[in-house]
Amino acid sequence: MLPPYSLEQTIEKTVREEWGRILANLVKTLRDIQLAEDSLQDAVEAAIIHWQKQGLPKSPAGWLVTAARRKAIDRIRRAKTFAQKQSEISYLADLENTACETPELEIIPDKRLEMIFTCCHPALAEKTQTALTLRTIGGLTTEEIARAFLDSPIAMAQRLVRAKKKIKLAGIPYEIPGADALSERIRGVLAVIYLIFNEGYAASSGPSLVRADLIEEAIRLGRIVGHLMPKETEVSGLLALMLLHDSRRHARQNTDAQMIPLDQQNRAQWDKNKAHEGIALLKKTLSRQRIGPYQIQASISALHVEARSWAQTDWPQIAALYNLLYSIQPSPVVRINQAMAVSHAISVGAALTMMDEVSETADITSYQAYYIAKSDLMKRAGKSEDAKALLAHAITLASNDIDRAFLQQKLTHLSNG
Amino acid sequence: MQYMCLIYAAEMSGPQPGSPEFGAYIQAYNDFTTRIKADAVFVAGDALQRVVTASTVTTANGTPEIMDGPFAETKEQLGGYYLLDCENLDDALKYAAMIPTAKHGRIEVRPVMVFD
Repeated sequence: MLPPYSLEQTIEKTVREEWGRILANLVKTLRDIQLAEDSLQDAVEAAIIHWQKQGLPKSPAGWLVTAARRKAIDRIRRAKTFAQKQSEISYLADLENTACETPELEIIPDKRLEMIFTCCHPALAEKTQTALTLRTIGGLTTEEIARAFLDSPIAMAQRLVRAKKKIKLAGIPYEIPGADALSERIRGVLAVIYLIFNEGYAASSGPSLVRADLIEEAIRLGRIVGHLMPKETEVSGLLALMLLHDSRRHARQNTDAQMIPLDQQNRAQWDKNKAHEGIALLKKTLSRQRIGPYQIQASISALHVEARSWAQTDWPQIAALYNLLYSIQPSPVVRINQAMAVSHAISVGAALTMMDEVSETADITSYQAYYIAKSDLMKRAGKSEDAKALLAHAITLASNDIDRAFLQQKLTHLSNG
Repeated sequence: MQYMCLIYAAEMSGPQPGSPEFGAYIQAYNDFTTRIKADAVFVAGDALQRVVTASTVTTANGTPEIMDGPFAETKEQLGGYYLLDCENLDDALKYAAMIPTAKHGRIEVRPVMVFD
């Protein structure tokens, strides 16, 4: 028999895993995220005392929902004057009726989708959307979120408090958007999840290249949203993309935490389980024939994962997929990636022509990826002086130490070779 | 919930009086007002005289101090408002996006404070 979890572990595990589900349910009844959060926190504190005396309840999550509702009633009573209480009496009575039952988690209505749409509402700043999603759905503490953004806990706490206030005062609805706005709003939710993933996969600042906690949280959120909206192909597309990218995590970084580019990675170190899960999910999703940018990017990632070596990569197919992606998302980054695929599929010259078009149509002055890509193309075209100058410029645009060290090393190689 | 939709635009932007587009622009405002009245969303709404007519007063120094011009010299000026009674922010933003000036200006949507 396995040793049972200690009480603290059980509480911590329940709170962490079920936080989003419990909180979303409370917000639906209380219509106030701050009140719901505070009440749930009270309930957690009560649980520590009660469960120690009486043992674990049959459904710890259900117990927490019931206790949190009672705590919310206490909080409303304490906060309101008697006159205001009158108007709230029927509301409180309703609440008390629902607080009598101890529901099993399975029958607690899942309102996480409503909560995700509230947290990712376009009337909130993107960083706020991300932080709020990590707090309410992910159950991360304010300190953990502050660490993820390299913010001070005080600044992050203020950001979250302001956001919850705005949601309440501005009347940001707690519901799934109607059909006319749904796809646009889903795009917003997916952008937040992908932002969390990318912050973990290519940390934009600080000494570490990869932050596994954020990657795992993003994938967990992707699974939750995928479970809640099984018919949305782009949701599955994003989950597949994250799994496929993440399958290369351990090969992407050497023991000194330096980045190893795709062409030099040891493919035996790729996580086959994650890759298989990503590919299987992608195949199932593509068969539904509702293509979108995440599915295209996942398809590109899948072609890399399936290739036995850098040289055996299906470059023509990758170039074609970038072309398709560009038709939906005409951004310079897509064009640059397409040019790199073209350089392998057709010729370096054809790729350089595409790069010239990018510099003519977009402002690339502070766009690091452009200089790295062009430097590589110049090197392969035999123009090593140009390649060095471009790489030196890219180094001035690096945002984290590992990135800078990696490019510096590359420059040294160029100068010696 | 009541929402104040503040209509901002640069004064010389958008259809100008005397231009062929101006008639359609005014018609669009009439249509919008008719629509929000029919939807029982309309509480109030007005256009404001141009910003050259603005005066600003403060008693921060004890006595009224009057100045010519708007409080903030910005490129985009307050040109009018609608006060709407909506279900929630999404609803208010949906109507705000229908205000004809949104095509060349911006609509700031603010919930009205309720004192309880």
